[in-house]
Amino acid sequence: MTFGVIVFPGSNRDHDAAYAVANVLGQKAEFIWHDSTSLGAVDAVILPGGFSYGDYLRCGAIAKFSPVMTAVKKFAGDGGLVLGICNGFQILVEAGLLPGALIRNRGLQFICREVQLRPGTTDSPFTCLARKDRTYRVPIAHGEGCYFADERTLDELEAEDRIAFRYVGNPNGSVRDIAGVLNRERNVMGLMPHPEDATEPLMGSCDGLVVFQSMLSVAVRA
Amino acid sequence: MSAAAIPPDLIAQHQITPGEYDKIVSILGREPSYTELGIFSVMWSEHCSYKSSRLHLKKLPTRGKLVVQGPGENAGIIDIGGGYVIAFKIESHNHPSFIEPFQGAATGVGGILRDIFTMGARPIAVLDSLRFGRMDDPASGKRNRRILGGVVSGIAHYGNCFGVPTVGGECIFESCYDGNPLVNVFALGVCKKEDVFYAKASGVGNPVIYVGARTGRDGIHGASMASAEFTEESKQKRPNVQVGDPFLEKLLLEACIEAMHTGAIVGIQDMGAAGLTCSTCEMGSRGEVGVEIELDRVPQRETGMTPYEIMLSESQERMLLVADKGREEEVFRVFRKWGLEAVEIGVVTGDGKLRVKQRGNIVAEIPNRELADEAPLYDRPHTQPMRRVPLQAPPLPAPNVEQALLDLVASADLCSKRWIWEQYDYLVRSSTVAGPGAEAAIIRIKETGTSIAMSLDGNGRYCYLSPREGAMLAVAESCRNLSTVGALPVAATNCLNFGNPERPEIMAQLVEAIEGMSEACRFFDTPITGGNVSLYNETLGEGIYPTPVLGIVGLMKTAAPAGIAFRNPGRAVMLLGGIGAADDTRLGGTQYAKVIVKQLWGLPPALDLDLEKRVQDAIRDIVNQDLAESAHDLSDGGLAVTLAECAFGPAGIGARLDLDSDLRPDLLLFHEGPSRVLLSTAQPERVAALAERHGVAATVVGVTIEREIEIRQRGNRLGRWDIAQLQAAFDRALETHVR
Repeated sequence: MTFGVIVFPGSNRDHDAAYAVANVLGQKAEFIWHDSTSLGAVDAVILPGGFSYGDYLRCGAIAKFSPVMTAVKKFAGDGGLVLGICNGFQILVEAGLLPGALIRNRGLQFICREVQLRPGTTDSPFTCLARKDRTYRVPIAHGEGCYFADERTLDELEAEDRIAFRYVGNPNGSVRDIAGVLNRERNVMGLMPHPEDATEPLMGSCDGLVVFQSMLSVAVRA
Repeated sequence: MSAAAIPPDLIAQHQITPGEYDKIVSILGREPSYTELGIFSVMWSEHCSYKSSRLHLKKLPTRGKLVVQGPGENAGIIDIGGGYVIAFKIESHNHPSFIEPFQGAATGVGGILRDIFTMGARPIAVLDSLRFGRMDDPASGKRNRRILGGVVSGIAHYGNCFGVPTVGGECIFESCYDGNPLVNVFALGVCKKEDVFYAKASGVGNPVIYVGARTGRDGIHGASMASAEFTEESKQKRPNVQVGDPFLEKLLLEACIEAMHTGAIVGIQDMGAAGLTCSTCEMGSRGEVGVEIELDRVPQRETGMTPYEIMLSESQERMLLVADKGREEEVFRVFRKWGLEAVEIGVVTGDGKLRVKQRGNIVAEIPNRELADEAPLYDRPHTQPMRRVPLQAPPLPAPNVEQALLDLVASADLCSKRWIWEQYDYLVRSSTVAGPGAEAAIIRIKETGTSIAMSLDGNGRYCYLSPREGAMLAVAESCRNLSTVGALPVAATNCLNFGNPERPEIMAQLVEAIEGMSEACRFFDTPITGGNVSLYNETLGEGIYPTPVLGIVGLMKTAAPAGIAFRNPGRAVMLLGGIGAADDTRLGGTQYAKVIVKQLWGLPPALDLDLEKRVQDAIRDIVNQDLAESAHDLSDGGLAVTLAECAFGPAGIGARLDLDSDLRPDLLLFHEGPSRVLLSTAQPERVAALAERHGVAATVVGVTIEREIEIRQRGNRLGRWDIAQLQAAFDRALETHVR
């Protein structure tokens, strides 16, 4: 399986994502430069963590205008798997591929720590191998990771079973403890925590692997 | 070029002494222009020229079999095997961080990161050593808390965005840092051995290229500000502090590394302190060539800048490079890709001079070597190190060890620094094997399958009591931290934070500290490959404690570290190196003296280098043979605090100790004698046998138990603590102090 990893000039977890899928999972990772208008032959796309274009404005507010995002939107529209992690989640929200917004953490500080996640649904290509009866240890590292949406959107997300992960012990004030959400078609997921940084024992946890393995299992079946 | 004589008060304002001025005139063979005076003043400032310390820095060991590059470049370089090298250095940004904490600290991180990637190495770790005034001081506490908050968020802002993990460091609070915080930032990068670049211009006719941010009026005279004491007027120096843009620095990193790989770059140096001046004349001097630049071509973000301002600006995120003539376009193409400005501003010449032109007219013409490397050298008088505390211990209170340990773990120096380090991204690059809060930071190098351990250490109280012994203790502790995680210490970088060297009793502190450091670094075979000297750390005539900070790096196999925390109940707890000797005099520099007795006296703990080395060799072997479930060296707070820290792991495991010693309980539990490690093991006999082979005592002093800590002395209970209660005090203290 080939994962395309989008590289904005300020991406800084692009190599983490590529390492997880290539070195740990044994799949292929291709870097895709932000001004590309095509994604090439990839089976899934990862928008990695970082600071896309510096993000001195609202995170992702400029990235949504980048040439590669037009290609990502088309890819998603055609049913391709798109995973946005941290800054990638922020960009997907800004680009309108996912509902809601990510605002400053409730404590107004950047937080880097391991958190516990519980899958909200296993009915998605990103969580199909996860188990709802256990929690997953995965780190967060963000200053603007507080998920926010209006009540109607939140009710809709819940009614449509689109909450991918919830925090156990909410670190940043996200409404309804939301750590990750899916689009209506379930082929796009945004996730604030970093599963790519929890893929080997030396990283302190392998629990993040479930996301990539789920994606792989779906691709193999398809 | 002719210039009118410069009035003496203008010369004095540039902190150029009459003797130095005479030397400038003799170098030039004429009076300098105003621009030239400015150029000399920054290059000959203490910060850039090390004129007070150079004579003594020569005493430091700088060579070793792994040293690829010692002092004199932007960073030191060590061979780590497998075809890879690491580049690392520590830098201070003390003065700017007092004037504007957020930007001062942020640009401190930016500066040291550029020092690393200008060598061709990608930064993979940052550590920071911070010192502030007391947070609970009735008069200055509020300001000190504001400085702490600003510095921490400045470091976070820069490092997090740039994408380098901030993996460790230290943070200490003392009144002497009230008007003069210390912000020392260490950075380390990695690259292939053949990819190392040097800051050397060569090839007459080669183009000199400017890349990165445009030049503005910010930071003019930063280097000379960093070389003066603070006075009431210092607040007016705020425009001297630069503003950092970590995103631009990230672009610069990626573009520089990519451009280096084209093979079209000959030499490269960042524009840090003294900006364009320093980068041009140093690159010229190292390459024994001249550099000619035309200021009209320098990208500027403000209009009407004078040559003086352009040459002295310390605008951030700029680099200067020399490319192969004819291959400029390859370089420009890379910088265009990253959206950066790259402009040819000059040429390498054969006459050894820095020639600066504006609109075709020469505005400065100075020989590079004299400017960059022949600054005045001062053998400043030094007497006895300044010391205003008694040798004799004051009457000590009757020890209440139970309360003392609670107070110590909640004290500003010893409490958990989680509030600080959670603001740093310590995981980016997914190579952090041990991050903040660990014995030593460990970063694995994915390319070689090995890991690098790093530790920053310094102790101003010890050094105030004895600069020589204090510096040696800092080297010993830093090495001990590395050995305790199984690494072999191989090289060091130092940041020497001292007061005004023109005062003989302060100069004496500097000289003795350097000599002590030199002896210890020789002994542990950890040559100093570079570093930084920060003098004039005084405010209104009050100096800081002499505070040399050591950053030592060690090499190790890649493996999950034992960790400091006890993991299972029923394990033997062993004290490697023994209980150690202690007396009231040697208690005077400890945290017990600071927090409980609230005084400073006497001498630092006694260090026996031979024993220290044996203990380190022993623990390294024990850890590498997987015999220890946990290992933690004894340092600040002594045995009791170390034991408490071992109990603060996720498992909630403590220990019951029974100590066979005659020492008074306060000495026994809180003395800070070095050369000791506390470990837990399921195989005490094998540990003891291995220790014995190194000639080190390894005594079983107790057993791990659940939920509590208990310490006995020959059967008599000295104290018992509930771990949850101790840990709550430890965890919450800093946040309580900060608010």
